[in-house]
Amino acid sequence: MTRLLAAFSLALALLASPLSAAEKLKIVASFSVLGDMVKQIAGSHADVTTLVGPNGDAHTFEPSPSDAKTIADADLVFINGLGLERWMQGLAKSAGYKGPLTIASEGVKTRTMVEEEEGNNQTVTDPHAWQDLENGLIYVNNIVAALTKADPADEADYKFAGDAFAATLKALDANVREQISTVPRAKRRVITSHDAFGYFGAAYGVKFLAPEGLSTESEASAGDIAKLIAQIKREGIKALFIENVADPRMIEMIGKETGVKLGGALYSDALSPPDGPAPHYVDMFKNNVPKLIAGMMDNE
Amino acid sequence: MDVYGLLIEPFLAYSFMRRALVACLALSLGCGPIGIFLVLRRMSLMGDAMSHAILPGAAVGFLVAGFSLWAMGAGGLIAGLAVAVLAGAVSRATTLKEDASLAGFYLISLAIGVLIVSKKGSNVDLLHVLFGTILAVDNASLILVASITSLTLIVLALIYRPLIVECFDPGFLRAAGGGGSAFHIAFLILVVLNLVSGFQALGTLMAVGLMMLPAAAARLWASEVWSLSLVAIAIGFISGIAGLLASYHFNLPSGPAIVLIAGLQYLLSVVLGSRGGLMKQYFPQPHYHT
Repeated sequence: MTRLLAAFSLALALLASPLSAAEKLKIVASFSVLGDMVKQIAGSHADVTTLVGPNGDAHTFEPSPSDAKTIADADLVFINGLGLERWMQGLAKSAGYKGPLTIASEGVKTRTMVEEEEGNNQTVTDPHAWQDLENGLIYVNNIVAALTKADPADEADYKFAGDAFAATLKALDANVREQISTVPRAKRRVITSHDAFGYFGAAYGVKFLAPEGLSTESEASAGDIAKLIAQIKREGIKALFIENVADPRMIEMIGKETGVKLGGALYSDALSPPDGPAPHYVDMFKNNVPKLIAGMMDNE
Repeated sequence: MDVYGLLIEPFLAYSFMRRALVACLALSLGCGPIGIFLVLRRMSLMGDAMSHAILPGAAVGFLVAGFSLWAMGAGGLIAGLAVAVLAGAVSRATTLKEDASLAGFYLISLAIGVLIVSKKGSNVDLLHVLFGTILAVDNASLILVASITSLTLIVLALIYRPLIVECFDPGFLRAAGGGGSAFHIAFLILVVLNLVSGFQALGTLMAVGLMMLPAAAARLWASEVWSLSLVAIAIGFISGIAGLLASYHFNLPSGPAIVLIAGLQYLLSVVLGSRGGLMKQYFPQPHYHT
């Protein structure tokens, strides 16, 4: 009901807005989480297009010619950075995009991760910085700054929307910490099919284990899965989660093998479609945290 | 590491390894003889074409019903059969040969599939769906694979003689009133069914590997249809067991490991095969008559 009211008042605000459609900024965001954040702050001043849509995987995305056209027409392009959108440089170049490219994660304290590939340990930057809500605040600042630079006339609106969004994120951050603190420290261990929760784990004190590496590009071998199953049995972990971009059949099979019940879908790399459980950045945490806690409570 | 730890323990310790093994063995049982008939009918590349024809049907099934075994299997079956039957009909009704009309239809089917997938927009990793992974085979997939294999062996037993006659002399079968095209269509249905079952376990591309490589290798060791089939099944078994063990011990992706071991046996057969292998042809043993 509150959401309906909010949508209604937003629609009224849109109607009352003095801006005409012609003055709107054309903004492209690389993936759904970032696209939602930009939309929250830009409001009615911009049309935001997202290249990798809901449930899409930004790691393995392959741009199409229509994406190049979208970029070429844009006034402003936002990417996450930290190696998430390795396809963007080529795309921007081939599209002939000369405008500003804002890296939303700029200023984030990055985490490195050891990615094991064919026995070689490779240290790479973990791109999933948005999974820590304090990093979300940095994203908000960067987005506000970029929007203000592109459209100084509406600076006050961007600042207002940015402050409101930041306040929401801060409240949510405190709430997540409070909820996680109800779980005994020794039980804060989770297994999920895609290792996108490094920042979340570091920020909120949860240990995440994954059957696959950091990237969704490599396929798990029989040896990897056997190691993971042995680990689940050894450590008594019952918190097992399907992630929205990896093959759920693999996790289901591991669950069956170890007698662990699945904890439901977590959203990490992408949002859900509008009618799903996590259509916005904030909803992603509201979906994930209670599920994580319910799973961790069952740990031995 | 001893022999037990190397060969036996991985299967005893993990049920996913056992399920993968059973899936491989069941697949080999059905795909082996089918591959032999494809080789004998000079339709070796047809398996590959049919796997492309199945792909879009399975993709549509996935987009409609998600990770549903039956939707994806049924979609693949319908698309594969439609292409096979249409190609057969066109080659019988026009001057076009079957391989040409098959190429035409499977390319159309493939393009429609790719169109639907990319129009649908979401980049959900369809590769996972379409390439499958034998390590994630669940009981429902196993039952499907086993049922298709049983059906294949029963139908092959029933139409064994007419099928062989049609392989070598289709004109004779027609002259003897044998209804050649009915057997041909029954055989095509079996091909598509086995590709659908392989796609549940290995992904379409890899299923073709387990169908054609053992059959091609067997051709270099045996000459009767029944012995060819047995050799092909044995090579499929060895590929499944050795491929899974390689995937377990050396951390290799399992599908390619299984198919590469089948490929290795094929290459060995090309060199060593007792029926027309390289060694036999270029270094023939003297014949002793007693």
